[in-house]
Amino acid sequence: MAGAPSGRRPATALLAALLTVSACSKPPAPLANAPAGAALVHAQRQHNTLQQPAPALSPQQRLDFSLGRSFFRNPWVTAPSTTTARDGLGPLYNANSCAACHQDNGRGRTPEQAPRGHGLLLRLSATGANNTAPELGITPHPLYGGQLQIRAVPGAAAEGQLQWQQGLQERVFADGHRVQLQRPHYRIANTEAQPQLSPRLAPPLIGLGLLDAIADQTLLASADPDDRDGDGISGRVNQVWDVQAQRLRPGRFGWKAGQPTLLQQVAAAFSEDMGITSALFPSPVCPAANPQCRGLPQGGAPEINAKLLGAVSDYVASLALPPFANTDDPLRQRGWQQFQRAGCQHCHQPQQRSGPHHLPWLANQTFYPFTDLLLHDMGEGLADHRAEFGANGREWRTAPLWGLGWQLAVAGDSRFLHDGRARNLLEAILWHGGEAQSSTQAVLAMDASDRDALIYFLSTL
Amino acid sequence: MHRLIVLFCSLLVAGSALAGNAVSAASNNKDSHYASHYASHYADLAHAVYEDALLTARELHEAIERFLAAPSPRSQRAAQNAWVQARIPYQQSEVFRFSNPVVDDWEGQLNSWPLDEGLIDYVSDDYFYEMGNIGAQLNIIANPLIDLGGDQLDSRDISPELLASLHELGGSEANVATGYHAIEFLLWGQDLNGNGPGAGERPHTDYVIGNGCSNGHCERRRAYLRAAAELLVRDLESMVAQWAPDQSGNYRAQLAALPADAVLAKVVFSMGSLALGELSGERMKVALEANSTEDEHDCFSDNTHWSHYYNVLGLKNLYLGEYQRLDGRWMKGPSLAQRAAEQAPELHQQMLTALDASLAAVRQIVDAAEDRDTPVKFDQMIAEGNRGGALLIGAAINALVQQTATLEQLAQAIGVDPSLANRL
Repeated sequence: MAGAPSGRRPATALLAALLTVSACSKPPAPLANAPAGAALVHAQRQHNTLQQPAPALSPQQRLDFSLGRSFFRNPWVTAPSTTTARDGLGPLYNANSCAACHQDNGRGRTPEQAPRGHGLLLRLSATGANNTAPELGITPHPLYGGQLQIRAVPGAAAEGQLQWQQGLQERVFADGHRVQLQRPHYRIANTEAQPQLSPRLAPPLIGLGLLDAIADQTLLASADPDDRDGDGISGRVNQVWDVQAQRLRPGRFGWKAGQPTLLQQVAAAFSEDMGITSALFPSPVCPAANPQCRGLPQGGAPEINAKLLGAVSDYVASLALPPFANTDDPLRQRGWQQFQRAGCQHCHQPQQRSGPHHLPWLANQTFYPFTDLLLHDMGEGLADHRAEFGANGREWRTAPLWGLGWQLAVAGDSRFLHDGRARNLLEAILWHGGEAQSSTQAVLAMDASDRDALIYFLSTL
Repeated sequence: MHRLIVLFCSLLVAGSALAGNAVSAASNNKDSHYASHYASHYADLAHAVYEDALLTARELHEAIERFLAAPSPRSQRAAQNAWVQARIPYQQSEVFRFSNPVVDDWEGQLNSWPLDEGLIDYVSDDYFYEMGNIGAQLNIIANPLIDLGGDQLDSRDISPELLASLHELGGSEANVATGYHAIEFLLWGQDLNGNGPGAGERPHTDYVIGNGCSNGHCERRRAYLRAAAELLVRDLESMVAQWAPDQSGNYRAQLAALPADAVLAKVVFSMGSLALGELSGERMKVALEANSTEDEHDCFSDNTHWSHYYNVLGLKNLYLGEYQRLDGRWMKGPSLAQRAAEQAPELHQQMLTALDASLAAVRQIVDAAEDRDTPVKFDQMIAEGNRGGALLIGAAINALVQQTATLEQLAQAIGVDPSLANRL
């Protein structure tokens, strides 16, 4: 961690000087006033900003955008039906549309927030097993497969329902301030056979096109698996299966960076979350020990054709970014200093640059997602003990921070971290362990005004 | 060194922010009198078109009362015709929807589609619906008391208030209990012809009291149709009031206080949104790509071609600041067209050409649908393999895309920034 002092806070001017010296091996991170160029950022921070097309889109491109939006938003139905383009839901599924979990393109809601809602699912694997096929990345549970399916079409039975129980923990700041953290424990209801499970909150759809456009080489170059630069941070690239290229490639999407491209991420969500087959995932999701599943009618082969799958993926890639807020506020500058003082920027790397992309407005852009997209050991508190490709049970991909403030301002009650346990940004910070332990210690040492400045900075993103 | 880098970065960011604001900074309208005159005419146009929508909705309500008083194929057809007439002004009004929250937040209760008709009444056995939608098979007409997983839904007394409370039941947008399309379903019934010829064929006996009643529950079906028509009239009355002159606190009064260019921005933004995202996107391209009659706008009546036509006419109206009222009178006044003619005459000419091309393209869809010998309705045009239908719809989509591209060039040339449209 870049000389993050604990306990006493040096004066701001001195801090800036210290940072310059300690970070001399890398150029200092800029404090950005916009998450990306004007071609990608919406002019205003309003309730529907995340549903708008990027300003760069031409009328013809916005037409394609509305096609993708329709297949993202509208519900899929059971096969066979007269709606041949929209049938093929299930047989097992979690939701009948993308928008059910990504409501207004924002993040999912936990069962605590919305007991009968959508937005959090359980990824599963066989317990204790670590022998995985290279293209799967996990060992599927024989009865449940890789994900709990809580809904089923008529004629099939849902695999089960999820249950949760709240655990409580406390953290105490150096100045005596106390924070109660809650930690949900999820399980499958009414069964003894509990697979290894990992709850996953649906992430907001912010800037995914730009993240898709970062070159593999860029990710590989920023990795530091053996911590050669000695900063205590060993970012690792997850090598995951690219089903089109039929080889391992750097992962970038998902809580453990388990998907290499946005198209494959979208196709995987259609397959695993809605039971809709595509050219990328042509087989229905039916666990080996669930024989009734395979006999049910299919909605064509594949159920979503390549053109519509591409339209949905391009729709997600073309969404406008919410602008940063209050960029002239000195408090934001102060919070940014606290952010760096705690060393957050080592993993939440502010700036990225994209390479080529088939959507030209995403290519060769400089932007500010505040993530390195690499895997980091986050300690026992966050561990799910479920490996996914190269990511072990303690490792998670650095979550992007852009759009955090937009969510808080517009979506209201938002939950953070992979299982939605954090009810606000401070709670999310305090769960950081492992490689981020020293950052958490630095935050625990902050006084109220520094903490507030840090949170304020995050809320401007 | 550090300081220098920070400065450089902030200059870069400031540079890009400036580029982003270039359009609004180029705004050069200084004639505030003209502008307020413009806002007032904009509101006059909206007021007139909603007033006409209200008049035709009242006629629809009366035709429904006559149908219910003496159900017959003839009185049913008269009610259906009144519904088709009511769509003429309403579809022209839709161009006011996209930059006026007072309309956008209100219109769902009037014009939501597609709907899970199983919420309202009986449906065929192979009816499919949104999975997991608790409302999709409720059949309110057949079930005065419904258990909603513990909550009792009491619909013994079918009133406009009850229908309004059921709208988007359980949070599903497919649960459309009210509005034009609910009435359309009650007058026509399901169109069971798929992509083949023919609309819904509901028998008039569905509304007969006593022994002649078909499909059961005729009393409740009558009550539902009457309540839906009453609610439509009430909703339009409230919208007319929002645009009426000399009423303090209504939407028109708020609009008058807006900066001049915000109103012009509303015109550009809402024309673009209706032409592109809604009409050519959701209502045409999606239906065409999905080959899906469920994605057809007026799927029970097969009136979709006219709905699209009057949407496009509404676009032309707003650009020119014109509207021909039901009684034949023309309204004319200050418009985006006038300003464009002064400040960007070439683009204005291109815009006029584009508007006419769009109207001609959608007119071709109408002509095909209304052909005396071999009519091809919108649901047939979108059928898989109908090349001719796909070409007609594709031409209309392309014309609207071209029109929107021209509109955006024009807006930029005269310094109107459509992103200012959502200020109110």
